Amino acid sequence: MDSILEWITAYQEYIYIVVLMVFLGIEVIGRVPSVLHTPLMSGANAIHGVVIIGAIIVMGKAASYNYLAIILGFLAVILGTLNVVGGFVVTDRMLEMFSHRKQAKK
Amino acid sequence: MNLSILAIIYLLASVSYILGLKMLSNPATARKGNGIAAIGMGLAIIGTIFLYQDDEGNLLGNKAWIFGGLLIGTVVGVMAAKKVKMTAMPEMVSLFNGMGGACAALISMVEFNHLADKIHSQPEILLEDIFPSSGAYWTWTSEMLVILAGLVIGAVSFAGSVIAWGKLNGRIKDFAFRGQHILNLLLLAIVLVLSAWMILVHENANVMVFYLVFLLAVLYGVFFVLPIGGADMPVVISLLNSFTGVAAACGGFLYNNKAMLTGGILVGAAGTLLTILMCKAMNRSLKNVLIGSFGATSTGGGGAKQEQGTYKEISLSDAAMVLAYANKVMIVPGYGLAVAQAQHACHELEKQLAEKGVEVKYAIHPVAGRMPGHMNVLLAEADVAYENLLEMEHANEVFPSTDVVLVLGANDVVNPAAKSDPSSPIYGMPILDVESAKTCIVNKRSMKPGYAGIENDLFFRPKTSMLFGDAKKVLQELVAEIKNV
Repeated sequence: MDSILEWITAYQEYIYIVVLMVFLGIEVIGRVPSVLHTPLMSGANAIHGVVIIGAIIVMGKAASYNYLAIILGFLAVILGTLNVVGGFVVTDRMLEMFSHRKQAKK
Repeated sequence: MNLSILAIIYLLASVSYILGLKMLSNPATARKGNGIAAIGMGLAIIGTIFLYQDDEGNLLGNKAWIFGGLLIGTVVGVMAAKKVKMTAMPEMVSLFNGMGGACAALISMVEFNHLADKIHSQPEILLEDIFPSSGAYWTWTSEMLVILAGLVIGAVSFAGSVIAWGKLNGRIKDFAFRGQHILNLLLLAIVLVLSAWMILVHENANVMVFYLVFLLAVLYGVFFVLPIGGADMPVVISLLNSFTGVAAACGGFLYNNKAMLTGGILVGAAGTLLTILMCKAMNRSLKNVLIGSFGATSTGGGGAKQEQGTYKEISLSDAAMVLAYANKVMIVPGYGLAVAQAQHACHELEKQLAEKGVEVKYAIHPVAGRMPGHMNVLLAEADVAYENLLEMEHANEVFPSTDVVLVLGANDVVNPAAKSDPSSPIYGMPILDVESAKTCIVNKRSMKPGYAGIENDLFFRPKTSMLFGDAKKVLQELVAEIKNV
């Protein structure tokens, strides 16, 4: 029991961040119109590509003799980049369609 | 110094995700929001490469590998994203999501090997297991926890997304067998038990067990998505999307990295809410989506094999005549239109009819197309004016005063069984009430059932006429015919 409490104390900063982010995430997209479900999903998809930072750290820390770490890290960097770049570009392309419409109206 | 600058960059990145997500939920600011989040991400990536230091103050090495990976990923990512057709958007999103999940799982693999080395080189600390004072023990426990969480969630998300991608583009068929849910639960239970064992008993930092957990998690991801079919797919993609968010957040714990933590949890929470909102739009509970899959019920259900009546066919010129002499026409675009890429032809027909003095509107079901909101994207691509798009509730009020409804490849969203037949798998889903209009012309390629795999009684009703053919071709021919009327 004591040790669990100690663990919570040690990591309380993270626990705060997680709890606050959960509320913020829910609050931020609150009532999104169904028109935007697809772009929003795709945009959120790009944001979780932040996992690329982890891939870069793994790659950057890999010792030159550790081939397994280098290969896995390299793959991780490629896949993470695909997630980030592809996600943002695809979202932008979708949203571009909406702005065409606005220009046409003017 | 470096680390303080990096901390500020990460803070800015976190703010950019929050701002970006907020702006993405409003049509007027969405594009800018996406851009802001992208800039934040770019800053975080560059900052990490040049400023990150490990505990001993070493900067990151292997920069050639890092930039090589970034370059390959960027080129392939941009090409894929630019080339993909608007109609194929759902599978693209799913595939990118899978890449993120795989990335998280790979990170966990490398970090597990580091941790296992550390544990095996200091076995004496294991003896103090029970004492809270042993700092290393708790560090290891926490690390093992987030490594395994990242591995399992990332692997499920990756495998599930790849299956979803295959199903959406038709490469993988719905597949369900008796006892599948039990097998799934069993797989999940084994994964959880093995993980808990590895977290609590460090001597078992065993590479074989670790890869077994990975393998089982991948299998679980496959079996989890395989039976889910039809209109439920977008919900699953959204759910997997939030999974990957959580997997990314695990990396945030691991590297003490606030940008990863905030970005991941933010997407995890927002994605979960988005999943629930989508379910609501289809009047389905998340539990129903995950357990009562369309594919599984329609093969066993009696509803699909009912004796059907006869249907009426209408010729192209008759259809053109009916449309041209109507006062009010409502177009119901659906999956068939999306697949045939017929949005431009559809807009053409609308303009042609408007010239003849016909009032044309579109009735958009929230889940029309292949994803919620997908149809709006497609019609926007074809320059259809926003004020001509009616949302479902509004459209249902207008149908009774409508002369002709033209259904283009929509099936499930106009199926009256959703209102009247409790045995139907889509029972309870709100639909477009096209029956209340005076006439209904349905364009389909054949009498085969639609996306959800169920028959539609609407096609056999007396007010309905069928106009067979590919949506794009039929629309182009209709435009030509109407010009001559």
